[in-house]
Amino acid sequence: MAVHTINFEPDDRYNAFLKVCAKPSHSEGKLAGIAVAVKDNISTQGIETTCASKILKGYVPPYDAHAVGLIKNAGAAIAGKTNMDEFGMGTSTENSAFGPTLNPCDTGRVPGGSSGGSAAAVAAGMVRMALGTDTGGSIRCPAAFSGIVGFKPTYGRVSRYGLIAYANSLETIGPMATNVSDVSLLMSVISGNDRKDTTSYDKPYAHTPSADIKGLRIGIPEEYFGKGVDPDVGTVVRRAIARLEELGAVTVPCSIPSMEYALAAYYVICTSEASSNLARFDGVRYGPAADTKKSWHAAYQDVRKQGFGPEVRRRIMLGTFALSSGYYGKYYAKAQVARENVRKDFTRLFSDVDVLCGPTMPTIAFKFGEKSDPLSMYLSDILTVPVNLAGIPAISVPCGKVQGMPVGLQVMGRPFEDERVIDVAYAYEQAVKP
Amino acid sequence: MVTEKDVEHIGELADIGIDTSELAIFTGQFNAIVEYFDVLDRVHGDDAVARDLYNVMREDVVEPSLSQDEATRNAGAQEDGFIKAPRVM
Amino acid sequence: MIDADVVVGLEVHCQLDTKSKLFCGCSTDYRNDGPNTHVCPVCLGLPGTMPVLNRRAIEYAMRVAKALNCTVIPESEFSRKNYFYPDLDKAYQVTQYDKPLALGGYVGIEGDDGKERRIQLTRIHVEEDPGRLVHMGNAERGRYSLVDYNRAGIPLIEIVSEPEMRSPKEARKFLNKLRATLEYLGVFDPEKEGSLRVDANISLRGSERVEIKNITSYKGVERALTFEVTRQKNQLRRGLKVDRETRHYLEARGITQSARSKEQENDYRYFPEPDLRPLRVQSWVKDVKLPELPDARRERFVQQYGCSLNHARTLTGELKMANFFEAVVAGDGNGLCKLAATWIADTLAGELNYRSMGIDALDAKRFTGLLVLLKAGTITDKSGIEVMRVMLDERLKGETVETPEAIVSRLNLAKTTGDDAALLGAVHDVITENPKAVEDYKAGKNGALNFLVGQTMKKTRGRADPGELNRLMVEALKSAEQ
Ligand SMILES: [Zn+2]
Repeated sequence: MAVHTINFEPDDRYNAFLKVCAKPSHSEGKLAGIAVAVKDNISTQGIETTCASKILKGYVPPYDAHAVGLIKNAGAAIAGKTNMDEFGMGTSTENSAFGPTLNPCDTGRVPGGSSGGSAAAVAAGMVRMALGTDTGGSIRCPAAFSGIVGFKPTYGRVSRYGLIAYANSLETIGPMATNVSDVSLLMSVISGNDRKDTTSYDKPYAHTPSADIKGLRIGIPEEYFGKGVDPDVGTVVRRAIARLEELGAVTVPCSIPSMEYALAAYYVICTSEASSNLARFDGVRYGPAADTKKSWHAAYQDVRKQGFGPEVRRRIMLGTFALSSGYYGKYYAKAQVARENVRKDFTRLFSDVDVLCGPTMPTIAFKFGEKSDPLSMYLSDILTVPVNLAGIPAISVPCGKVQGMPVGLQVMGRPFEDERVIDVAYAYEQAVKP
Repeated sequence: MVTEKDVEHIGELADIGIDTSELAIFTGQFNAIVEYFDVLDRVHGDDAVARDLYNVMREDVVEPSLSQDEATRNAGAQEDGFIKAPRVM
Repeated sequence: MIDADVVVGLEVHCQLDTKSKLFCGCSTDYRNDGPNTHVCPVCLGLPGTMPVLNRRAIEYAMRVAKALNCTVIPESEFSRKNYFYPDLDKAYQVTQYDKPLALGGYVGIEGDDGKERRIQLTRIHVEEDPGRLVHMGNAERGRYSLVDYNRAGIPLIEIVSEPEMRSPKEARKFLNKLRATLEYLGVFDPEKEGSLRVDANISLRGSERVEIKNITSYKGVERALTFEVTRQKNQLRRGLKVDRETRHYLEARGITQSARSKEQENDYRYFPEPDLRPLRVQSWVKDVKLPELPDARRERFVQQYGCSLNHARTLTGELKMANFFEAVVAGDGNGLCKLAATWIADTLAGELNYRSMGIDALDAKRFTGLLVLLKAGTITDKSGIEVMRVMLDERLKGETVETPEAIVSRLNLAKTTGDDAALLGAVHDVITENPKAVEDYKAGKNGALNFLVGQTMKKTRGRADPGELNRLMVEALKSAEQ
């Protein structure tokens, strides 16, 4: 197969990239010659992959993530690795060890996170598409804050092999682009079964978006317009839903009672899994080396103390606590029950409606430093985490502005009805196209 | 209520290297978060998480390994093909 | 030693003899290769990698479960055991915790009282082995570790017994029986270095339980426990109490040593491995085919070959020995069974052990040939042993192994008979060379005859039948008197 190269010399004024590949090569295929940015927690053979953490500085994976292999085979040119909250832990990309990414819509504000670099690279037009990852909203949040389209597929529909795990049971790789068609195109390349990921399903996505949503039943969960949600954001999103009604959809008010504790359950589960996943960064096999003159535990502690940022250390401690003897039942086990309740709530709602709609984020993009207290940052994930707990597909599509900043409409669907979620976003996008 | 002593213990369990100077701030943040987690006390039921895939396995077939060089290349230090690590005894 | 006050339980870890590792495709055949040559991103724990379960490992474990009469549970799963050590590539071991593959079951052993006993099992589960650490350096120049991850991800089965053994000896018998069973099942190669590791717990009645970790040999189990019984008894005799603690077994010194307290406070924070799906394999049990197991084979050896119970137990205690025995007596028109049982179980086993050789070093046909010579009275027992040693030594040196007939002929080992001139000559020489003993014999001292016969045996290098030689010597002494 012929190999070509492209020139990629972006003006990265937003610090979207941790690493730029100036002359990436590419082959033929569906994505031939398209520059695709890859979030830095997705392994790329021969290209440094750090998760925006000092603890992985210099780590060059000897293998490609399954999704990366697929986009390369489809002809994409890997344009570089994008900035993120360290290990995906954050909602603003402020938690990068290599400095925050700026929001191209307003450089005084965060681009959202944790896939903030991918979102900014797309929003600023540096690349046409990007891969992000979504553990509790990390694709949809920056898509909403930066005014692009971000899609979180059904859990298992895209292989996680090569995605550096933060919270295995919640996260997925997904596509980001300026429009729904490109998101759908990228999704069609990365989806499908992978024998290296035994949690993946053999359900490839081969869909061309359709704008026909006549008769579609849309549930409007009251919690998505309730306490903590900026009324201006709510108004913009309601207006967008009205547009969908004009296109022939029917709306049904509904409720997700388990949202009362969904966020707590999410944070218990993701920190628990993270405390285990991130323990392997010990400076032995990769990453900045442990001091072999010291004893094991002293050297291990040094590596982790120097290598991890404060939010990562905080979450490792929280997860360690939630799993520790005496607390497992109160936190981890309870969170699993809560998670099942969330799933059941969605199942119940989806027996009546086809999709659920609401805002992606409760507010517009924060100003830098606005959410300095960890809990207040966590609370901003309230509208995105239920989807991850249930493993269902969801998309964020730009639907207007508040104070000049973009607002995202979130569409959530039944498991493995990624196509329908994409269609709803596409219908809206086509309807409002200038 | 999480005390500084609890946080110190968790720090040890996690082997994360907490300085005494950090204890107060971590403890404060911990308390706010753990207090928020208490909403889970209101969760009822004991349904295990439903999973729909079982017995996903591969056949016992040998596949190529990495070369010794590839395997040790990312390590900070090597010696005769071994990876060097701090002493444990 | 039967000691009603001793209670022992064992946790036995055995490597399952699969071709590839438990969660990746790396070969398990690493023992002759350099460090870190059988590793891939998965078993090195590189970020982003995920485990894929080896079906054969589960099939092997199911075989063990069925053979040991365990109950396979409807849904089992893998969990993470979190602890931090440089040989543990992911900083957690993927193992099974609250949903192990199988529960219950038992291992039948011959108790110290001679009766058959069933040692109940708690559970069996599947898990991965960590890598291997080498401790380097010294106090002056600094110590450090070297890690080889070739072993990381090798499938292990862990078999946990109830604390039901009543002596170190019973523990050894349990282990031997378990090893034989796994070997018969074709899931375990006991000859591979490091393929078995044991943790033991032991308590004296009314005392705290002590865990002994890191026993890496069959013999080590009995030694470690015997040491521990003595230590604990001494402790109690001195009026001290036995602490609940974990101790390490130091193989080279045959002692146990208290582990540091840090290790004893471990909180492993188990939780289900999110990267693996649960197992529902209970329905497989009925399709698991079991071969003849050690107990059944032992019974058959008694019935079919007329072996004594003890011989049958020894012969069937190792798969290869049992197979060797059956090959030796195959199509036995020679009536060699009894002779074969004695010679293999008693004599050959010892000679092999002395040379650290496996029984497969010897050709069964050659051994049958040797037994035929013995049975026919062509050679004496003593010569039989010599022939066997020659064959083993030739094999050990990598030389061509001669047939027993060739060895007998080359070394002139054919049994001498009464009219053998050389034998008569030797008798006369001994009488001439040992006047003192002859005098003693005449004085009626019984030991003197034995001495003279012994001297003659030596001269004839064991070729003579001892009974025959005795008769000749008495006759010769009689005629010398006249
Ligand atoms: Zn491997």
